[in-house]
Amino acid sequence: MEFEPVIGLEVHVQLKTKSKLFCSCATEFGAAPNSQVCPVCLGHPGVLPVLNKQALDYAVLCGLALNCSISKFSKFDRKNYFYPDLPKNYQVSQFDKPICGKGKITFLINGNEKTIGITRAHLEEDAGKLVHSETGAESGVDFNRTGIPLLEIVSEPDLRTPEEAYMYLHMIKNIIEYLGVSDCNMEEGSLRCDANVSIRPKGQEKFGTKVEIKNMNSFRNVQKALAYELERQEDEILGGGIIVQETRLWDADKNQTFSMRTKEEAHDYRYFPEPDLVPVKLDENYIKSLENQLPELPFDRMNRFTKEYTLTGYDAQVLTSSREIADYYEECANLTDDYKAVSNWVQSELLREINEKKISIKESKVTPSKLTDMLKLIQKGVISGKIAKIVFHEIMRSGKDAEQIVKEKGLVQISNPDELKNIVEKVIKDNKKIVDDYKGGKEKSFMFLVGQVMKATQGKANPQLVTKMLKEAIG
Amino acid sequence: MSLYSKTAVELIGLLNKKEISSRDIVSSVFQRIEQVDTKINAFIYTDKENALKKADEIDKKRVNAEPLGLLGGVPVVLKSNLCCFTWPVSCASKILKGYNCAYTATSVEKLLREDAVPIGYANMDEFAMGSSCENSAFGVTRNPWNTDCIPGGSSGGSAAAVAADETILALGSDTGGSIRQPASLCGVVGLKPTYGRVSRFGLVAYASSLDQIGTLTKTVADNALLLKVISGHDCSDSTSIDRKVPDYPAYLNNSIKGLKIGIPKEYFVDGMDNEVEESVKKSIKTFEGQGAVPVEISLPHTDYAVACYYIIATAEASANLARFDGIRYGARSPQAENLIDLYEKTKSDGFGQEVKRRILLGTYVLSSGYYEAYYKKAQKVRTLIKNDFDTVFKKVDCILTPTSPTPAFKIGEKTNDPLKMYLSDIFTISLNLAGLPGISIPGGFTQSGLPIGMQLAGRPFEEEVILNAAYSFEKNTLFHTTKPTLS
Ligand SMILES: [Zn+2]
Repeated sequence: MEFEPVIGLEVHVQLKTKSKLFCSCATEFGAAPNSQVCPVCLGHPGVLPVLNKQALDYAVLCGLALNCSISKFSKFDRKNYFYPDLPKNYQVSQFDKPICGKGKITFLINGNEKTIGITRAHLEEDAGKLVHSETGAESGVDFNRTGIPLLEIVSEPDLRTPEEAYMYLHMIKNIIEYLGVSDCNMEEGSLRCDANVSIRPKGQEKFGTKVEIKNMNSFRNVQKALAYELERQEDEILGGGIIVQETRLWDADKNQTFSMRTKEEAHDYRYFPEPDLVPVKLDENYIKSLENQLPELPFDRMNRFTKEYTLTGYDAQVLTSSREIADYYEECANLTDDYKAVSNWVQSELLREINEKKISIKESKVTPSKLTDMLKLIQKGVISGKIAKIVFHEIMRSGKDAEQIVKEKGLVQISNPDELKNIVEKVIKDNKKIVDDYKGGKEKSFMFLVGQVMKATQGKANPQLVTKMLKEAIG
Repeated sequence: MSLYSKTAVELIGLLNKKEISSRDIVSSVFQRIEQVDTKINAFIYTDKENALKKADEIDKKRVNAEPLGLLGGVPVVLKSNLCCFTWPVSCASKILKGYNCAYTATSVEKLLREDAVPIGYANMDEFAMGSSCENSAFGVTRNPWNTDCIPGGSSGGSAAAVAADETILALGSDTGGSIRQPASLCGVVGLKPTYGRVSRFGLVAYASSLDQIGTLTKTVADNALLLKVISGHDCSDSTSIDRKVPDYPAYLNNSIKGLKIGIPKEYFVDGMDNEVEESVKKSIKTFEGQGAVPVEISLPHTDYAVACYYIIATAEASANLARFDGIRYGARSPQAENLIDLYEKTKSDGFGQEVKRRILLGTYVLSSGYYEAYYKKAQKVRTLIKNDFDTVFKKVDCILTPTSPTPAFKIGEKTNDPLKMYLSDIFTISLNLAGLPGISIPGGFTQSGLPIGMQLAGRPFEEEVILNAAYSFEKNTLFHTTKPTLS
């Protein structure tokens, strides 16, 4: 029997507002425990929530970017459960009237377009964080995170493979980063993901019993957990068993999921309308004004890049995978018309360098003008591509202009035959055997000779010229 | 006559003439508390030292001819569910033992801004749940008119303190009648404003969509003054309404000639005390004597109000009171073995019977499978009740009813019969469900000398209309001038 996986994802995105969702506390990550708290977010007696306007703006912006319908009427509800990280023992969330309704996103997977439906996106407050002592004898709560606005984005069960789920997450992160409304950092917890997964015999319309997976702390882990879970479910069914509706936790060390609680043990959250907040009513003008603030989104930008800069789909996808990189690329593209060369340099050298250094592209000393100036030196034949790598790393280190570096380090390409004549002759004289091999038809030997000339000139010789001169000299 | 027995308006007059000082008033009130509170038990907490300090500051301002607030130097008692920075707000519950306010409620902030002098916390039914002040971890408050009787609730301590001259002014909160019913039973004036008129920020919530802070005073004029001070929009309370606050005292003294007073026929059915019914009928005559026109009206969904209230109020309470868990503040059971145990033991030890009953009821009506049948339906009934009033207020300007179906009853009389106790609020509950303002004023006495209160209900944000009608009634009656003997 062949099975088809059915996957839906719930993504929680922390919105990067200046203050919390219902009070004026700061939202800085990494502050000293309980230094960003007040009676409101600590759930003291008598406090009331006041909705943060910026959080509402951000939620609507996200909704628009995810092609969601924006609700002109939405409201907040209380989700009741007891846990020490939840000061009021209820979470203010949205139940039946979320701020964002149905939507969809499109992304490329293996060169093909895939569209995934969004069921809804709603605003809610984050909980605090439990901290346990090493012996486990004591537990503390850090309430700094309590009340930070979260947008929960729920996908339709449209995903069919763990890889699609991975690409979907990337696109969500990409879109939200483009909006600048979240850091989308899974390690810092500003993006979290739970998955609903089931399988059904291929061709069957009815969904199988779904299992919820939690505790995945990277996109790769989501992919791995889904792959594990799909296999587990298939084995279970093929072995004559049945799938139990339950919540399972992903253990990244053991690469397995473990049952946490079954449906029977599931919470009854006793949702009811939050009486301390008035419903949110939005008018057309407000929604329009936010629509006008939307930047060009990654998928559109990718398509434009392929046309405008004649890039392959893959290149355009990499270059638009973050707003910063795409902005950088476009700035370069304004300074040169060698789009392909810029694309290569950005994707290979630049991205590798900033990833290694763990800096943002904006922090890199290789600015778009410095990069394109260097590319011009290659175009003009002043330096070779190989030398350019040396120059690039020097710009990265010192921030100096390419031209200056070339001058200071004497890296100018030797394109004058007179300067190379003696070296070529010496290489031929010193490598008689190799020359004979080449003459005998061993093509590889010729490359060795080129290499010897390059070595003797510290890589500065113009490789085309060297080739030409060697061929002429050997005859 | 001692200063403590005077009204705020009288005292402000004397202060302005520099015949007395604020310290004189505060000292007089504390002298009274020390004299009678062992009999009444209206107070949970007093802060004499700071009250006198504050009085001296105000007196100094007066001497220096600096600008003074509207309540310059007048003492006020707060219900024990209103936050006042550093004070031990207990809600008359064991569960908040050791907790001191981390901030001040907006209404209290407004009192301070107008130079009122907070003197302490009044007793109440635990978390404002009750109609008799018997559900308090700090003992029952006694009715100054007969100390064998309850003062009403849940703002029983506030009402008793005003009636016994242990304060000049008091704040209370009213979720289903918690200001008006004790005001009625203690023979004082008690007003619950329109929902949204007064900020709830800093009021420990019982049922958020019904709670409203209000005023308890000796006279209507004092009430109008105090209401003016605490009313108004507050950015910290999203449910408070941004609407201009009328100068309530300026509306008193208007003629009520032609004022249409609705008398709901559904409120005069079986179960009502004869003496209460007689009083209402006499009151109608009094109003007629001043030119008002009684109109018989119908509020057809009245019968469902109590049931509707106990579903909505307890549902909200079950969430509102969830935070009292022993984790961050207040009492924590020392015997807990694990987390669940900690929640269970803390709540079992900390909450009283009635609070537990309502939390359980509220949890039940919100549970999956019951939500539609109870909570959702109650919300629909609430809308119907609101519609009843909307219809009626097209024909009349205000509505006159008894405040409570009976006068004060004996301590212990209804404690074992919660349903009977719940009916104490049968005339007041509808106004909370509809969000309307209501005032209870002294309207007579029983043969045995217990006060009977009349309730006037008004259109939303027309507190000045019911205050004016109440003032007109007060001017033409002597009930408010009679005082309990407490020697
Ligand atoms: Zn806060």
